[in-house]
Amino acid sequence: MTHPSPARLRWRWLVSGVAAVLLAAMAGLWLGPVRLPPGAVVLEVLDLVPGLDVDSGLDDRQAAIVTRIRLPRVVLGLLVGALLALAGGCYQGAFRNPLADPYLLGVAAGAGLGATAVLSVYRAATGTAAVPAAVPPAAFAGGLGAVTLTYLVGAAGGRDRSPATLILAGVAVSAFLAAAQTYLLQRHVDTIREVYSWLLGRLAGADWGDVRLLLPYAVVTTVVVLAMRRELDVLSVGDDEAAGLGLHPQRSRYLLVGAASLGTAAAVSVAGLIGFVGIIVPHLVRLVAGSSYRVILPLSMLYGGAFLALADLAARVVDTPREVPIGVVTAFLGAPFFVLVLRTARRVPV
Amino acid sequence: MTVPTGPAVRVRGLAVSLDGAEILRGVDVEVAAGEWVIVIGPNGAGKSTLLRAIVGLVPSAGDVRLFGRDARRMRRRERARLVATVPQQPVVPPGMTVFDYTLLGRTPHLRPLGRESAADLAVATRVLQRLDLTEFADRELSTLSGGERQRVLLARALAQEAPLLLLDEPTTALDVGHQQEVLELVDELRRAGGLSVLATMHDLSLAGGYADRMVLLAAGRVVAAGPAASVLTEELLATHYRARVRVVPGDHGPLVVPIRPASAGPAGPAGDARM
Repeated sequence: MTHPSPARLRWRWLVSGVAAVLLAAMAGLWLGPVRLPPGAVVLEVLDLVPGLDVDSGLDDRQAAIVTRIRLPRVVLGLLVGALLALAGGCYQGAFRNPLADPYLLGVAAGAGLGATAVLSVYRAATGTAAVPAAVPPAAFAGGLGAVTLTYLVGAAGGRDRSPATLILAGVAVSAFLAAAQTYLLQRHVDTIREVYSWLLGRLAGADWGDVRLLLPYAVVTTVVVLAMRRELDVLSVGDDEAAGLGLHPQRSRYLLVGAASLGTAAAVSVAGLIGFVGIIVPHLVRLVAGSSYRVILPLSMLYGGAFLALADLAARVVDTPREVPIGVVTAFLGAPFFVLVLRTARRVPV
Repeated sequence: MTVPTGPAVRVRGLAVSLDGAEILRGVDVEVAAGEWVIVIGPNGAGKSTLLRAIVGLVPSAGDVRLFGRDARRMRRRERARLVATVPQQPVVPPGMTVFDYTLLGRTPHLRPLGRESAADLAVATRVLQRLDLTEFADRELSTLSGGERQRVLLARALAQEAPLLLLDEPTTALDVGHQQEVLELVDELRRAGGLSVLATMHDLSLAGGYADRMVLLAAGRVVAAGPAASVLTEELLATHYRARVRVVPGDHGPLVVPIRPASAGPAGPAGDARM
């Protein structure tokens, strides 16, 4: 008789996840309007590693395309995808609801309002066409502000502090902020186009500055959520039973969701609202690799990153030289893929 | 952890109100170490609330002591190492295997943010063997039958290695064979491991056969407590359950047999034919 073993990250899933990330990154570096030899691209990236000095054979302009344009964009795509998928998985566990997405508690509405406010006020004041640098911070502040508001409203529920109270508070806050945003847009109709292009998400024009901006939040969110992944498994038996096992369910939930919201707000501030990744990636992982969050969360990060990097690649190559909004691509690629997995997966969806 | 001493449960003057409605008042319950006490009472008497108050899931007034220590001043993890609960309507997490579910019972023994050690895995493995569940270890909990699932719930509670077990209607969803199986198992475990057990039950004959002592709860108050023979009487059951029963002596305790009231018409073909 073999000894039973707990749910854990199997090597083959981890290896294939890392392989997916590497493949997506390679494709993202290699493909684009300027054709570059794939081998040279690899060497050029290796050359960036401190201590390694290789000659890729690319000229300065080609090297700059790889290291200053494509690489930061690929890295940002991986980071944003990983964060959104991690946050989505975390929300789903914390609320015991497979439909929870990272925007559930108002991050999207708050960030949208923040960006709209800056764009419309800026446009009205200056009349120039440039996107002000204040959009990402405003979106970040709006997103986090909205989640804070949701927490306060949810806590005002008094004794009945069930997960549903927090979700309903998120719905109310989102509706309120969306109304405020619509009001602003109506007053400044000329900014609608720009606001929408921001809302639909973009990685175009990403540079190392965006990566630097996002990285600290990504680290904090990842460390907190992954450290608490066993607690997500305990929460799956419900608050009463989790309390009977020695947990403080509400405290754990607030901490988890707070960390996930921080990462989401940071991701949204640099990349706009990219839907789908946060719901579908954790769900796909759950279908093929099991229901333990100890498995779902790390794998979601890998596959979420790879998925978004590939979606970004599609966004910039299908309609060159124009770009398709990446939020459109994620849904357009993701939905059929999801159907495919639903039909072939061995597990019944939650 | 300090070695538990004193009675497993000592509740004095417990009162619980929810939304202004008084659920329990002046309730005294005691479970000596190694004892099995079964709480009975009609629907809505407050049986489940009593168990929930003991583990601090509902706010309550009065004195609750577990092994001599004030339950309200314990930390959650501490309490979870002393008391394991098998809930009446457990949440079955989709996709979770029996082994992982059993391992959740180790939660109060892990360091915060820690993961299970080899010793924790060994405890879960041993508990599954003990309950004859090894073959189900890799099955998903949601695919098991009611009787198997009840054994797995017990396995999670036993993996907690707590000296006090609270069972909230452990047999309600089971057929008579599985009812006996689960209760025999609890009795065996209690005799072997010095467990103290506090359970709520609906089936009076079954309860009488296993309880060292019984507590009859009605409208939030203890109306009778003591050996099964002194609680399961025709008068008490008539008063508090509004039931017509006959109590007959059995091998392990009184047997309670429901009797159809005499005023009802005769059953059978003759009665039907007149309709």
